[in-house]
Amino acid sequence: MSIWALRGLRDGVVTTRWPARPDEYADSWRGPVTVLRDSVLPVDREMPAASANPEMSGAEGAATFPDISGNGTARADIAAGLADVERLCPTGAIEAIGRLRVDQGRCILCGRCVAARPDLFAWSSGATGPAAAAVARQALIVPEEPETDAAVEAARAALAARTAALRRSVHVRHVDAGSDGSEEWEIQALLGPVYDIHRLGVFFTASLRHADVLLVTGAGTVGMTGPLRVTYEGMPDPKVVIAVGTDAASGGLLSDRLTGVDGAVPVDVWVPGSPPPPFGILNALVIATGKLR
Amino acid sequence: MTITSNEPSVSALRETLNTRIAGGDRFAGVFAARRNGGITLSAQVAGPDGIDTVDTPLPPGAASYPALTPVIGAAFWYERVIHDETGIIPEGHPRLAPLVAPGRPEDHALPRHVAGYGMFTIPHGPVRSGVFESMEYLVETPGEAIPHLNMRIFYKHRGIAARFAGMTISDGVLLAERAEGIASVAHALAYCHAAEAIAGCEVPREAALVRVVHAELERIANHLDVAMRLADAAGLAVATARFALHKERVLRLVGGLCGSRFGRGVVVPGGIAAAPRKGSDEILAELGPIEKQVTADAEALMGTSSFLDRLRGTGPLTQARAREHGALGPIGKASGYADDARVARPYDAYPLLATVPARQHSRGDAMTRLRVRFEEATEAFRLIRQALICFTERQRLTLRAPCDLPDSRATGWAEAPQGEVIYDLTVEGGRIARCQPRSASFHNLVLMHEVFAGDILTDFPFIEASFGLSVAGAAL
Repeated sequence: MSIWALRGLRDGVVTTRWPARPDEYADSWRGPVTVLRDSVLPVDREMPAASANPEMSGAEGAATFPDISGNGTARADIAAGLADVERLCPTGAIEAIGRLRVDQGRCILCGRCVAARPDLFAWSSGATGPAAAAVARQALIVPEEPETDAAVEAARAALAARTAALRRSVHVRHVDAGSDGSEEWEIQALLGPVYDIHRLGVFFTASLRHADVLLVTGAGTVGMTGPLRVTYEGMPDPKVVIAVGTDAASGGLLSDRLTGVDGAVPVDVWVPGSPPPPFGILNALVIATGKLR
Repeated sequence: MTITSNEPSVSALRETLNTRIAGGDRFAGVFAARRNGGITLSAQVAGPDGIDTVDTPLPPGAASYPALTPVIGAAFWYERVIHDETGIIPEGHPRLAPLVAPGRPEDHALPRHVAGYGMFTIPHGPVRSGVFESMEYLVETPGEAIPHLNMRIFYKHRGIAARFAGMTISDGVLLAERAEGIASVAHALAYCHAAEAIAGCEVPREAALVRVVHAELERIANHLDVAMRLADAAGLAVATARFALHKERVLRLVGGLCGSRFGRGVVVPGGIAAAPRKGSDEILAELGPIEKQVTADAEALMGTSSFLDRLRGTGPLTQARAREHGALGPIGKASGYADDARVARPYDAYPLLATVPARQHSRGDAMTRLRVRFEEATEAFRLIRQALICFTERQRLTLRAPCDLPDSRATGWAEAPQGEVIYDLTVEGGRIARCQPRSASFHNLVLMHEVFAGDILTDFPFIEASFGLSVAGAAL
């Protein structure tokens, strides 16, 4: 088909140079929410939180939040405001006991907290780099605690030792454990001309016997727990499991019954996002296989 | 406009549905819900003015009711879901195996529906080669032909409908967007249309225009995805890469407008959350080259004989079956049954925009389905251009009407790339008491049973891709 040979040349090279060179699109990506100010909260939340309006949800309530940074604010108002800050999040990713924290493994990027409290929350930026994927579940909770840092370092070292043999050629198996379907699109995009993971020696494989990496999406449905386990157990060692997306990390909006895939298979790398962009998934693959350190 | 009516018994319901279907209306679904202390069957019928709901309370303590499936074939899967979720037996249902509930291990023995020399069953899934959503096809074959196909979708059942109960109205949109991730905008629209019908609020004109832009961009991305998968199935590497590139550009454009590559967070009850981050001129300038290239590549693809040979006559759905089942979206259109919600029951800014009447098709094969998708994409580009020209940028735009919800119930709908999506929403005390989504993927997927007339195993990827459905939306 000569017509396709010509059409293939039409746009020149569209493939990203990342990770060898930075990519503008990856760097400008708006990621999960992060805590803007490392605010040590002055009170213990238990006290008068009952005074908060239980119906409040969504950005409409923004104006009623007391300013917790003001020194003259009454303690009761502060505590009520913090309960409201927690309530901003539909998936319970915000925790305001003692210190304000966001669990990016629960963040579905709805942006309500950023809209309501731009003084406390902001979008993280960039889809790539060590901060865009976590090698330990608790590393998704920002800002990180000092003890988390040590655990993350240990996890990183253990992963690196395990995957030392995988650096040049990596075969990936994908399993959907109850995703909404969008994660599959973003993974599929890695095979397209823009991301083209073949250039990095990464290939998707039909057979789990050939797979080094297991990419898992979805909230971990009852029906997929068995097939997911069987797939994992059938893979040869050493193997790496990447949980793709907020649903896989925590169940996202379904977390009252489905809590992610970590219970079924031992996850090594977490990529937050609902869904994470292709660069985020690519970044996790590169981190998991030691191509980027 | 929707009407909710009541029938005293299931036999009266059957009668009403039969009369309406004979009068040209379309059976759109049936589900069971706990209402007023008992189980109520709610059947949905799409008519010229809207989607009507016919409620039938079952007698207290009823363990069964006379099934609708023997008279209305399209209820086949719906009644299996009713059985899975409530345990009530639709009496006379031809095959009451679990559909969305994982079921007992003995339900999962490889089925044998066709007996004969050399017949065997290929279990294909739930973990399949390539990047696919989880589902299992059970292909009964003597080697090449496919006399029987069975599908198991329960692997992905997430309990979306049950999760809605108790959520706030604004949280409900977030869940609707994730019911079928590749049709986020359409699901959010159908949900919000139901909420807006309850509140009786009018979506501001500019918000309605932005909704159309996002819904049509989603349609283009989905149709490009199908074109890519079909080209991939035929082994056309360059065509696959070209359509993947176009799709990526569309997703990046969507991401540039709202921050999410799937248009999430745009649609809210009463309007939209924020104006697009790019001006109309900027969007048009970005969209122009994409449209030009998509058109040229679509033309090249539809002129590649080695590709068309694989699609022509593959997976045919007859016009009679499409009409009888009420096939939705491109699958219905390709088989001469076009009931497009944007035209038949228009919403948002669609009444303001000029639509070109869709071409009539009748062949119903994979090639015609792809042709319909390319025509829909062309129309989508045209609608987006019109919507952007109508969109006036001003300093103080009203993008969201106040939307207070009294205790009530309403039905909302929208045309997803896969076909019509319906949401039946009940609000009590400012929260969702019950919300039942119905995706086109669920309604259409069952038709895959019937399109393997004379087709062989190697046609399978073409037929599956040409349907262009999402398992997430089907299993919910």
